[in-house]
Amino acid sequence: MFSFNEIKKSFLVALWFMFLTFPIMVIRVNTIYKTIEWRWERMLMVGIGAFFLSFLWRYLRKRQEAGQKKAEPGETESLPLTQRLITDKRFSVPGIVAVSLFALAFPFVFSMYQTNIMTTALIYVVVGLGLNIVVGLAGLLDLGYVAFYLVGAYTYALLNLHFGLGFWTVLPIGALFAFLFGIILGFPVLRLRGDYLAIVTLGFGEILRLIMENWNEFSSGPSGIANIPRPGFFGIELSLHQNIIWVYFVMLAMAVFTIFVVRRLQDSRLGRAWIALREDEIACQAMGIDKRRTKLSAFGLGAMWAGMGGAVFAAKTTFINPASFTLWESIIILCVVVLGGMGSILGVICGAMVLILLPEYLRAFSEYRMLLFGAILVIMMVFRPGGMITAVRKTHQFKGLKDQQSTN
Amino acid sequence: MDYFLELFLGGLTRGSIYALIALGYTMVYGIIKLINFAHGEIYMIGAFTALIVAGILSMLGWNQVLILVIACIVAVIYSSAYGFTIEKIAYKPLRQAPRLSALISAIGMSMFLQYYVLLAQTSNFLPFPNLIPDFKFLEPVEHIVRSSEIVIYTVTAIVMVLLTFLIKFTKIGKAMRATSQDRDMAMLVGVDVNKVISVTFLVGSATAAIGGVLIASHTGQINYYIGFIAGIKAFVAAVLGGIGSMPGAVLGSLVLGMSESFFTGYISSDYEDVFAFLFLVFTLIFRPSGILGRDDTEKV
Amino acid sequence: MMKNHVRKTLAIAAASLFLCLTLSGLGMADTIKLGVAGPHSGDLASYGIPTIKAAELVVKEVNANGGVLGKEVELIVEDDVCKPEVATNTATKLVGEGVHAVLGHICSGATKAALGIYNSSKIVAMSPSATNPALTQSGDYPNFYRTIASDDAQARLEVDFALDILKLKKIAVLHDKGDYGKGLAEFAKAFLEADPRAEVVLYEGITPGAVSYGAVVQKIKRRGAEAVIFGGYHPEASKIVMEMRRKKMKTIFISDDGVKDDTFIKVAGVYAEGVYATGPKDVSSNPMAVAANEAHVAAYGEDPGAFFLNAYAAALALLNAIEQAGSTDYDAISNALKTKNVDTPLGSVRFDERGDALGVGFSMYRVKNGAYYEVK
Repeated sequence: MFSFNEIKKSFLVALWFMFLTFPIMVIRVNTIYKTIEWRWERMLMVGIGAFFLSFLWRYLRKRQEAGQKKAEPGETESLPLTQRLITDKRFSVPGIVAVSLFALAFPFVFSMYQTNIMTTALIYVVVGLGLNIVVGLAGLLDLGYVAFYLVGAYTYALLNLHFGLGFWTVLPIGALFAFLFGIILGFPVLRLRGDYLAIVTLGFGEILRLIMENWNEFSSGPSGIANIPRPGFFGIELSLHQNIIWVYFVMLAMAVFTIFVVRRLQDSRLGRAWIALREDEIACQAMGIDKRRTKLSAFGLGAMWAGMGGAVFAAKTTFINPASFTLWESIIILCVVVLGGMGSILGVICGAMVLILLPEYLRAFSEYRMLLFGAILVIMMVFRPGGMITAVRKTHQFKGLKDQQSTN
Repeated sequence: MDYFLELFLGGLTRGSIYALIALGYTMVYGIIKLINFAHGEIYMIGAFTALIVAGILSMLGWNQVLILVIACIVAVIYSSAYGFTIEKIAYKPLRQAPRLSALISAIGMSMFLQYYVLLAQTSNFLPFPNLIPDFKFLEPVEHIVRSSEIVIYTVTAIVMVLLTFLIKFTKIGKAMRATSQDRDMAMLVGVDVNKVISVTFLVGSATAAIGGVLIASHTGQINYYIGFIAGIKAFVAAVLGGIGSMPGAVLGSLVLGMSESFFTGYISSDYEDVFAFLFLVFTLIFRPSGILGRDDTEKV
Repeated sequence: MMKNHVRKTLAIAAASLFLCLTLSGLGMADTIKLGVAGPHSGDLASYGIPTIKAAELVVKEVNANGGVLGKEVELIVEDDVCKPEVATNTATKLVGEGVHAVLGHICSGATKAALGIYNSSKIVAMSPSATNPALTQSGDYPNFYRTIASDDAQARLEVDFALDILKLKKIAVLHDKGDYGKGLAEFAKAFLEADPRAEVVLYEGITPGAVSYGAVVQKIKRRGAEAVIFGGYHPEASKIVMEMRRKKMKTIFISDDGVKDDTFIKVAGVYAEGVYATGPKDVSSNPMAVAANEAHVAAYGEDPGAFFLNAYAAALALLNAIEQAGSTDYDAISNALKTKNVDTPLGSVRFDERGDALGVGFSMYRVKNGAYYEVK
């Protein structure tokens, strides 16, 4: 690894990066005060950093390429480590018990602030699982998913503002509205594929946000709606701390409910139809699956979860405005699904945890937070394109005639 | 009539600005079927580089036209270099990976570049000197169309002609078309696919850089975030015209720019973005592959 | 059954933890904790960082003079990136750390989100920059104070100036569709419509970050507006002004304190000449203001940024109120803020019933020879 060739390569890479970042890193021009600031030490840092990182990069890439050799036909493909852990009863059962205990005890062990963040992460789990239906299972690239999140949040805020309806009453209404909006979105995009679909969904998300921003009479526009009440605890008044804990448990229950339902959907006929749609649209049609119904149900059912998540978001933050529902949010939710592992429920949960908890804990780095975040996204994708936890289709081993003959 | 003409020219300006960026988007998409989210940032880096160069040279008191030319050249060199590097780091390893992974990688790169410039330079808006000299002969109609706008129209047209020439009549253009149609087959007949992809990124980024310099001169200010907003609009324009098609990108950009301008002029600026997106949705409903898009028949 | 047992134990554990936590909150702290919340990273950081510096300078001086109530003052700084949902996290964190008062937040939206949390924890919050009128006028936030006048006062000043001094008849009102800009524009429009002397020829929002505002500018010309009142920030303002001037339009441009910023002049360059903007009253002659600015330059090597003096005043007001109240009790502090004056770089300040500062107002400024000058 440290042969002359390698060192030469890294040296050239270092030189290239020093050249590349020269204007932006090194020079700072101030046209008003007519000064030029030269910061040569930065160039040195870039050079040295690039030199060492290139070694690391190449080493990791070589390892990755070596590990990608596919199994010979005839052998059973060895499942990745995580899948083996999950399916093995000796690990999964105690694992689930441990996680459940941790989740239940969490708000009592950790501070209010941590609980608040964990609640946000749980909201993203629910929303991520919803997008997982659309993107992971059905393979429909949706870049405007935040629209349904917005629908859920504003449904609660507006119904509460105008009619005084409480959280529990509005939650199913919000889910229903989101479902309807999902179907409405689904109709125009039935014929579209791939990136055209992506752009239209993006447009849909933006349209909804812009309407909320501009139609003041309806939605209070950019000033948003404030003083949204938190979910009621059997009508008893709670202190702030208790409220936060209560919202946490509400969200935990909702997350468990979502996981349960999505799991059942995945294994159902509809779920298999979605997977068929993702794999090969034309073949799926040839097999007799109604493409229209499948797509619409994917959009609608997927949107429902975002609607519910949105309602809880409104209740938790007590103040919403259209600026919380930008394209960027859609992208974050998409990252949760892809980073975690498309199509895999456990993957989405992990993705949500990492993506939400990481920036909070990276607060220490404050300024470099977003920079690291972008870098981590790229690195994760390059080294694990399937996401953290790859989804494995349920396979049934067919033992074959050999066994039958032996029993004869 | 005057009003209509002004709106028309305003739309033409907008459309040309979108076109310069959309061309890069569409070229990259045509070759590797990737929505290069980081393309907007390359445009932004081009503008920043030009600002730095122009700043230094204007302090040394050089001639204005010369500064423009040199700033353009340096911006093009740097943007192409960034495009080339980005491709090698974030996209090349993902060529066999699912499309969404490459998309997320592009998004990560876009974020990284935005904050890189933010941290290395500043979060403030920086004034960009008007490098395009005011033409004397345009004085009487200065209030309808500015010289920077004329330059933008002309450059966009020239770039489009040059790119079409590149694709249709040069050897590398042929290689690009082959790679875009069927990458594996192109490899089998001896096309160096890696080189072709790199060249595509270089050319696309160069276009974006030129766009960056011109638009920055026209609007007079830049900041680390301009790439993202312009990128989204240009992407919409490219899809509208049919992604993968270069005349489509230009047509889509012009249509988008015009419709925004007329909508604002005759109705209201409040909902101009909503209108633009609705327009897109309706176009795609009736022409699912965009205005000039090829209807790629999918083989089973 | 096993499950019931576990549940009961958990319930008891929960109850006792509640008790412990609530009791610990009442305990005596060793220091007086002042929380500072605002955008400290990201694109709005330049609005939030000067507040941190102001707080640091004030605390340094106060601690050197013996602290507050005999205890040292401790600063707890948290970032909210001007986003409401992050602001609630920030507020929760600060409350969890036991702050006695909060200097912040900076953006009106973030402030609205966080105030509920401070309110239910009975903590006073004072903002140097959140100008949304509802924050004090709606009565929903009794724990909120601010050392800057609210947006309706700005809009009032702009409209009065346009009608009384400039004697304008046709005015176009524009905004950037944001909370701050649109709010201001709506007030301006309402005031103008209520006045028979002038007519609103155009009321529209522009999209921030668009590549060109040619169409809107042409509309302004077409409707024959003599002046534009713009609610928003300097990037859009400079683009609009540039387009107007390049199209040889002599339209007067009046805007708000988001534009009364030196960066506007730097970016718009020569086109900034003659632009009007409202801003906090000029206090450059106030000796405390001069001293504060000098302290900033001495400590950090550059001129202070946005809302520095407002934040300096707010920090002084908060700490002074705690001192005057004799304790960190919420009601005592609130009372002290409303009844006792405190000397600040903005003048001698006291707060009214709703939380607005008395003695703090806006003036009109005009750009002349590349700098803002107060119009008397």
